[in-house]
Amino acid sequence: MLQIANEDIVRAEAQNLRESPFAIRGLTVSYGQKPAVFSVDATVEAGKMTAIVGPNGAGKSTMLKAALGIIKPLSGQVTHMGRPVADEMDRIAYVPQRASVDWDFPVRVIDVVLMGLFRKTGLLGRLSGADRKHAMACLERVGMTDFATRQIGQLSGGQQQRVFLARALAQDADLYLLDEPFAGVDAATEKAIIAVLKSLRAEGRTVVAVHHDLSTVPDYFDNVLLLNVRKIAEGPVATTFTDENLGAAYGGRLATARIDPAAVAG
Amino acid sequence: MFFQALLFQLGYNATLVTFGATLLGIAAGVTGSFLFFRKRALVSDAISHATLPGVALAFIVMVALGFDGRNLPGLLLGSAISAALGLFAVQWLSSRTRLTEDAAIGAVLSVFFGFGIVLLTVIQTMSSGRQAGLEGFLLGSTAGMLYADALLIAGGGALALILVAIFRRPMMMASFDPEFARSSGINLDRTDLIMMGLVMGVTVIGLKIVGLILIVALLIIPPVAARFWSDRADRVVVIAGALGGLSAWIGASASAVAPNLPTGPIIVLTAFAIFTASMLFAPARGLLISAIQHRNFQRGVHIRQGLVSLAQGQPIYEPMTIRLLRAEGLARADGVPTPDGVARASRVLRDEKRWETARADPALEMAAARYDGLTQIEDVLTSDQIDELDARIGGPREVTP
Repeated sequence: MLQIANEDIVRAEAQNLRESPFAIRGLTVSYGQKPAVFSVDATVEAGKMTAIVGPNGAGKSTMLKAALGIIKPLSGQVTHMGRPVADEMDRIAYVPQRASVDWDFPVRVIDVVLMGLFRKTGLLGRLSGADRKHAMACLERVGMTDFATRQIGQLSGGQQQRVFLARALAQDADLYLLDEPFAGVDAATEKAIIAVLKSLRAEGRTVVAVHHDLSTVPDYFDNVLLLNVRKIAEGPVATTFTDENLGAAYGGRLATARIDPAAVAG
Repeated sequence: MFFQALLFQLGYNATLVTFGATLLGIAAGVTGSFLFFRKRALVSDAISHATLPGVALAFIVMVALGFDGRNLPGLLLGSAISAALGLFAVQWLSSRTRLTEDAAIGAVLSVFFGFGIVLLTVIQTMSSGRQAGLEGFLLGSTAGMLYADALLIAGGGALALILVAIFRRPMMMASFDPEFARSSGINLDRTDLIMMGLVMGVTVIGLKIVGLILIVALLIIPPVAARFWSDRADRVVVIAGALGGLSAWIGASASAVAPNLPTGPIIVLTAFAIFTASMLFAPARGLLISAIQHRNFQRGVHIRQGLVSLAQGQPIYEPMTIRLLRAEGLARADGVPTPDGVARASRVLRDEKRWETARADPALEMAAARYDGLTQIEDVLTSDQIDELDARIGGPREVTP
């Protein structure tokens, strides 16, 4: 006979879910028969910056996309403040990988940022002067105002990433989920992005980023989630980002990962 | 005669047909733009070829039931049903099997078209003997079009335009960044369904005028031509509509004058002429202006490199550089700079030094992004900023030729 769960445990879990802006339970995603993410539980702490770290093919991006319903998981549920993520998407901003779009697409920088306002304007709503001002303010935050009317194809990789971040800022969300925001960007951009993310945290918002560069994890983030198909560990960087846990996540690849962060990032 | 047709002076019926065709062309250009942005232009080819069995079956059914087999609404209904089946087959094959979309398109297109041709052959053996009109659906024909037919086409085109206006934002976002669109609450499957439904609608109402073989051209050529004229998607859509409308208007007018000419090919050739002109002569993005800009840039780079070499007393080996320097009166045939050349060379070297310093300074990132090897730094920075750079370099240095 199954043991009935302890009432205290049930109550604690309910509270965890209620207080976390991004709580994942039993998430499994599979391409074909091979699971890319297997039965992951994670509870992101509100108002903190959390890094999702793991080797290539560990399912970091896949986990984010599945949690948001961009790809269909096999099983699992994801909540925002205790409610299903699907009902709370207007509180969540997602920054996809830069390489996931065609940068020859005929739009200007400001048009991309204005796409962040789609939830507000909907199908037919008109963009007001205030909306444009808001979009320009978001560009200002990432230092890209001078580029507002440029065609996006003229931007460097780092500038593209900042435009993506500005679009997410325009959404004015509580939870920011970023997929490798520092991949292939220049040092100036990396600095600009981390400053914006820290200012989001200072405003009480929650930031979760898939991150490749192990050397900067302690500087940039409060918490870390180590992933390699399964969850290896999660918690504060000080107690979780340990050699033991890293070894468990990266296996034999840790040596390379630590010596040459640039190679890992590429 | 042709100009009368263009100006809608060939009688009520011809005018209405031309008007319907123009609206269809606008709708096709506008709808096709989104297909082009979504990088699914060829799906429309599968859709259009998949209409043929529907047209033929509708004819057979209507004749069997004792109606006139050429009833346009009936034929279009049949074509819409089989086009939807074809579209569903493409979607199903590319999402549920390992086949990619292009392979699925190839398979569906040829099978449906082949089946349609077989049915047309069957119809020719039927006793009803009133099948003459059906071949018109292959290449398009405005001959013998009824008032009601033209009205149906014009109305369909207008409806398609209204629907595009309503759904333009989700369709644009799904085309540019599907993942972000999904996270913004846009249902991608539904948006694609609307987009493909619109394409199907335009295809079906365009069958009679352009014909199923060539309707794909009216969907794709106008947006591709329009892309040469603008870097802004909203403008590309409008320009594509205008170009599509223009092509259809000219094509239908020509067809009104010479009823034996198939309408579709004339419309498509007109669209192609517009495309060619756009590709060659469009400002900013056309091939001609690009070639001129490239040549000017190349000359500028050669002169600049030559001057830098002169300033540093290095020999110049590149014949083109020497030729250009001579043509500008900056150097003699043996590579020795003229006094003018010496002066310009020292200015260029100073500019290079300033750029080098500016580009190493993160605070000047925006300005440094404009570095292209030719732009003078005076055009980008204020004189105060340049003074500060010079202070860092240690003042303009004397150069010896």
